[in-house]
Amino acid sequence: MTKQLININGRMLSFEKKQTILEVAEKNGIYIPTLCHLKGATPTGACRICVVELEGARTLLGACSTPAASNMVVNTESPKVIKARRLTLELMLSSGNHNCAIGAGERTDWTQFQLKANKDDGSEDICPVWGDCKLQELAYAYQVAVTPGQDSACAYPMELENPLIVRDASRCILCGRCVQACNEIQVNKAISFGYRGKEAKIIAAGDRPLIESDCVFCGECVQVCPVGALVEKKARFKWRPWKAEKVRTTCPYCGVGCQLWLHVQDGRIVKVTGVDDGAPNQGRLCVKGRFGYDFIYSEDRLKTPLIRKNGELQEASWDEALDLVAEKFKQIISQSGPDAVAGVACARSISEDSYNMQKLFRAVFKTNNIDHCART
Amino acid sequence: MLLIIGSNTTEAHPVAATFMKNAVQKGTRLIVIDPRKHPLTDFAELHAPIKVGSDIALLNGLMNIIISTDRYDQKFVNSCTVDFDKLRAKVSEYPAEKAAEICGIPVEMIYDLADRLTSVNPVMLCYTLGITEHTCGTNNVFCVANLQMLLGNMGKESGGVNPLRGQNNVQGACDMGALPNVFPAYQKVIDPASRRKFCEAWQVDSLPDTNGLMMPQMMEALVDKKVRGFYIFGENLANSEPDIRKVEHELASAEFMVVQDIFLNETTRFAHVVLPAAAWSEKDGTYTNSERRVNRVRAVSKPPGDAKPDWWIFKQIAKRFGQNWSSDSAQQIWDNEISVLAPSLTGIKYNRLEGDGLQWPCTSEDHSGTCILHKDGEFTCGLGVFTPVDWTAPAEVPDEQYPFMLSTGRRLTHYHTRTQTGRCEGLNDILGEETADISFEDAAQLGISDGEIVKVSSRRGEVKVKAKITHQVPKGLVWMAFHFRENCANWLTNPVFDPISYTAEYKACAVKIEKIQTEK
Repeated sequence: MTKQLININGRMLSFEKKQTILEVAEKNGIYIPTLCHLKGATPTGACRICVVELEGARTLLGACSTPAASNMVVNTESPKVIKARRLTLELMLSSGNHNCAIGAGERTDWTQFQLKANKDDGSEDICPVWGDCKLQELAYAYQVAVTPGQDSACAYPMELENPLIVRDASRCILCGRCVQACNEIQVNKAISFGYRGKEAKIIAAGDRPLIESDCVFCGECVQVCPVGALVEKKARFKWRPWKAEKVRTTCPYCGVGCQLWLHVQDGRIVKVTGVDDGAPNQGRLCVKGRFGYDFIYSEDRLKTPLIRKNGELQEASWDEALDLVAEKFKQIISQSGPDAVAGVACARSISEDSYNMQKLFRAVFKTNNIDHCART
Repeated sequence: MLLIIGSNTTEAHPVAATFMKNAVQKGTRLIVIDPRKHPLTDFAELHAPIKVGSDIALLNGLMNIIISTDRYDQKFVNSCTVDFDKLRAKVSEYPAEKAAEICGIPVEMIYDLADRLTSVNPVMLCYTLGITEHTCGTNNVFCVANLQMLLGNMGKESGGVNPLRGQNNVQGACDMGALPNVFPAYQKVIDPASRRKFCEAWQVDSLPDTNGLMMPQMMEALVDKKVRGFYIFGENLANSEPDIRKVEHELASAEFMVVQDIFLNETTRFAHVVLPAAAWSEKDGTYTNSERRVNRVRAVSKPPGDAKPDWWIFKQIAKRFGQNWSSDSAQQIWDNEISVLAPSLTGIKYNRLEGDGLQWPCTSEDHSGTCILHKDGEFTCGLGVFTPVDWTAPAEVPDEQYPFMLSTGRRLTHYHTRTQTGRCEGLNDILGEETADISFEDAAQLGISDGEIVKVSSRRGEVKVKAKITHQVPKGLVWMAFHFRENCANWLTNPVFDPISYTAEYKACAVKIEKIQTEK
């Protein structure tokens, strides 16, 4: 059988059955911009950013939803394609609070616009996703600016009443990634497209706040949002990509062992996201994994050893506390034998801790009275 | 096909559940066996709502049908297992009608289940604490293993018996030998050769040669002073163990108790010394997940005040007994001790754990790890042993005085006794209190409305708790969690244990529900 070949930007590329033009291009290092495309979900072709020109076709085609075929001749950056992408971006930018510098364009009412965006945000800070926004990135790349007088205000107010997640319809470009993440990736079926035309909006439970819907606050929608329409409440206006360092770690809760990116700023975790393509969770997290990190900064944390004196736990030094533990255990062991001491290890802590604890009980105390909660 | 038994996966293992739901959307068939109509049942082609604690009756009944109609995997059974005759004899005592009666489901449903389970191979079976937290927990596990061997579903991709483990590192804590009968990697303490090996590695003259006490035994031994010194590392036993009054009596009996933790909690009230530990993101180390995958944990911030990594604390105590341990970081402990002493972890070193981790057994540094155990029907012990078991009822069943069955579990938003998730901004806003989940029928009969505060009591205690009326719970059942202290289910649960595993019967005890009379 002869190899199936597609021509993309003059390169002859082989492909497999059912592969889309986008997949063939990506595999071969050819960049096609996307906004709505979500790996692992059904292509929707909603945003029209990935359009490409196909020789002989009357209209431009969405690369994410068009299967590759033999003898196709595709151009991913033709003047026609660029013009279409610029128009799409302009339309997206012309509605709502896209108040990064690119939103300024040639507008004369920039100050007014900023003040309005600040008012809506309840903050004088720049957009919460500045520097982490696909729309901003593409608008810069394609040098798109909003024509004065073209923009229109968003009809929907910011949804701030939910715990953990802020929904800002004004920054939403209706790409539908959140809907796909909720319905096809996490399969919680909490959000969907609502209303039509200019009124279109992503809604939960017949257009109610997330907290009143079936939403389980996994935050997958926030993770996939390419713009600032969905933002973690705890990270909002705190996390800035140019300040944060990303460190990979493992979730401290259930036994799935999800891989997390800790976004660390000034020695503090300010946000958590899933490690895309990482085993075992492929970027997915649950409400605890994504939002259950700030207990480590609680003022209640134990900061010093404590020894009970006169019925009260009182602060002590490490030497005092450890000397007392050693002395008491020595005394009990010498009086009643090693099996008069027992220990319970921790299934939440690292393996190295459990190893040292069982070593302490076996090699030092000389008892096998060491267990943990595995049996409960 | 997926067979999920005794697992509230969408709440207890939410991300694992997303992959199950994806599979169903792509055509995988799903069967759920569980007393409750929990969220995953929405995706199931069949939900068998068996009575709490009737799993063995159902599984034996199913195996009886499968064997008597010759629909088991004869090739697998003949070549990879032993004691099939014993299994056949035992399950023949469980005709479908008897099983149906014990389980409280129609007999047709058992035949239907048998048809479905034999219509496809492999079937992946996943279970969680709904199987193990019973006085017959070990037998439940034998029983699911019997079924999977009978159907030839072992040692295959998308097959097997898969326990979804509850804690992030419960697998690792077991692998490390934080168990009374084994050294790291399950090398038995009663085996002289193992003891010699560890004596040499740890440079000691002797190691104890008898199995130690299991956790419930330790706690009971506090009362009669057989155990005088008790060391609790990162466990809030005063809330997490069954029958809080009993547990607190035991903890209060301890002559000398050390608690090493990151917060004061209900358990530290009984401590004589509290040692402040570094938390999750404050230390380097490893966790091992449910699929035996060893993953890195990385330090990104400093512990508060004088808090120290737990491994360091243990090392300092050893030093006060005259033992100087050389390893001085988690990496040194793993690379120089654990992976050297644990044959199944020999190939795992920190420098190999930068990406997606490694699944043990991983026996050499060029071994890529093991995804599936018992491949090609080769079991660790050679042939797979059928262990026939009888159904036994929970230790306490509803009666006139306590007419409801209480079963307990975990809810999505919080983790265990909430020492951590209760201190995370936003999580209490999603779930701020405990509820007693009851059926519409029972609520109507008792005249209880949704959200009403009711009294739930057992022979051991009582709690006042908000009633939540839900279709998830069948008539006769109350379901609660243990995340909130004041109405924690463990004021009510029964401190009875599986005789082998010493797992408590959290899943079954008898309670009554009463309206609270308000003064007019």
